[in-house]
Amino acid sequence: MEAGLTFALPLLLAPLMLGLINRTKALMAGRTGQPLLQTYHDLFKLLRKGAAYSRTTTWVFRAGPTVGLAAVLVASALVPLGGVPAAFAFPGDLILFAYLLGLMRFFTVLAALDTGSSFEGMGASREVTFSALAEPTLLLGFAAIARQTGSLSLSPMYAGLGSDAWRHAGPALALLAGALLIVFLAENARIPIDDPTTHLELTMIHEVMVLDHSGPELAFILYSSALKLWLLGSLLVGIVVPVRSGIVWIDTLAMLAGLFALAVVTGIVESSMARWRLLRVPQLLVGASALSALALALILR
Amino acid sequence: MNLWTDSILVLLALASLLLLGSSRIAGCIRIVAFQGLLLGLLTLTVQHGTPSLRPLALATAIIALKGVAFPWLLARVLRDAEVRREVDPLVSYTVSLLIGTLALALSLWLSQRLPLPTKPVASLLVPVALFTILAGLFVIISRGKALTQVLGYLVLENGIYVFGVGLVQGTPMLVELGVLLDVFVAVFVMGIALFHINRAFDHIDADRLAVLRD
Repeated sequence: MEAGLTFALPLLLAPLMLGLINRTKALMAGRTGQPLLQTYHDLFKLLRKGAAYSRTTTWVFRAGPTVGLAAVLVASALVPLGGVPAAFAFPGDLILFAYLLGLMRFFTVLAALDTGSSFEGMGASREVTFSALAEPTLLLGFAAIARQTGSLSLSPMYAGLGSDAWRHAGPALALLAGALLIVFLAENARIPIDDPTTHLELTMIHEVMVLDHSGPELAFILYSSALKLWLLGSLLVGIVVPVRSGIVWIDTLAMLAGLFALAVVTGIVESSMARWRLLRVPQLLVGASALSALALALILR
Repeated sequence: MNLWTDSILVLLALASLLLLGSSRIAGCIRIVAFQGLLLGLLTLTVQHGTPSLRPLALATAIIALKGVAFPWLLARVLRDAEVRREVDPLVSYTVSLLIGTLALALSLWLSQRLPLPTKPVASLLVPVALFTILAGLFVIISRGKALTQVLGYLVLENGIYVFGVGLVQGTPMLVELGVLLDVFVAVFVMGIALFHINRAFDHIDADRLAVLRD
C-alpha cells in the first residue's frame, strides 16, 4: 500500500506543484494569477485536441514525447518519498533513475533535431551541454548518500537520512542539499538557468525544443516535466526534511509540506532573480559539482 | 567531532572555491574579508578547556585586521586606481573551479599521507588548510591584476594560519601577533606599491609589467 502511495502521489499531485510555482510568482508580482489547478485544465484541454505534424518530421518526432513520458513514469516508480519506500527498489536503481532521465532527455533532443529547425537544434545543443554538467553533481550526490547510509538503492538510502544522519554529517548534507537545489533548477529549466515562460529565441533552452509539438503530445511533455519536477524535488526534500517516524502518514505529510514549500521557494527564486547569462551557467553547474564532490569527500573521510 | 569547527572549515573551503569562480574584484575582496572573519571564529572554536583571554584577544586582532582593515585598504586601492572592476583571469572561471575541485581532492589525498607530529583538532583541518594554500597560489598565478595577487597572498596566508592554529596547540601569542604584524606590513606596502604602479602606468596588470622596457 505504501508503495502504491509513493507511485500514485506524484501522478496526482505533480501538476499542482507547477500551479503553486506560478501562483507564487503571480503573488510576488502583485497579480492574482492563474488558478492553482490550471495545469490540470491545460492537460485535459491539450489531450482533447488533435496533433499537427510537420511534413519534414519522421516517427522519431512522434516517439519523443511518448518515450519521455514512459521513462519518467518508470523513474517515478523508483523514487521514495522521504522515508516512505518506492514501488520498486533494488541495488543500483539510482543509476537506472539517473539514466531514465537521460533517456527522456535524449528522446526530447532527438525529436527536436528531427524537426530540422536550426532553432531547435540550438536549444538541443544547450540542453545537452548543461545536462552533461549537471549529471556529475547528481551522481556524486547519490554516491555521498550511498556511502553515508551504506546502501545502493534509493529507498533504503533515503530511509537512512533521518535526524541521526544530520547529527553525524550535517555540513556534508547541507552542501548536498545546495548542490541538488542547483540540479533541481537546472534540470527543470527554471530561472536562473533557463526561463520556463519566455519564448525569446536567444534565451531559451528547454522551451525551444518542444515548440513543434502540439495536442496530446504537448500534454505528454507538460505532464512528464511536471513529474520530473516532482521527482527531483522529492530527492532534494528527502534530504532537507529528516522526518523518519516510521508512521506512513506522518512521513508523507511532512514530505508533501516540504515539496510544496520547495515550489514556493522556486517561485520566490524565479521572481527575485534574473536569468543568468548563458556563459555563466556552466560556472554555476561546475560549482554545484564542486559542492557535491566536497560533500562526498566529507562523508568519505 | 566538533560541529562548529567542522562547519567553519567547510565554509572556509567554500569561500576559497567561490573566490576561484567570482569575476568581480570587489566580490573577491568581500570573500577574503569573510575568510578573515571565519579565521577569527576558528581561533575560538579550536580551544580546549576553559575559555581564556588570550585566544579572545587573538581572534579580535585577526577579525579586526583580516576581516576589516585589509578589505577596507584594498577596497580603497580599487576605488582610487579606477581600473576595470573585473578580475581578468588568465584561466577561465569554469576551468578555475574544476582545478579547484581537483586541488581539493589532491589535498584530501595528501593529508592522509602526511606524517603529522600531533593529531590535528579536526580531521578536516589539514585538507582545508592545504586546499586554501593551493587556492591562494592558484589565484596568484592565474589572475592578471596585481590587486588580485595581493588577495591570493592573503588567502595563502590564511591557509598557513589554519594549518598552525589547529596543529600546534598553544603557539605563543607573541609569535601569532608577530606574523599578523608582518602580514599587515606586507599588505600595507603592497597597497602603496599598487597605488604607485597605477600612478606610473595607468594600469595594475601584472602580466603587462613583465614586458616593460625602456
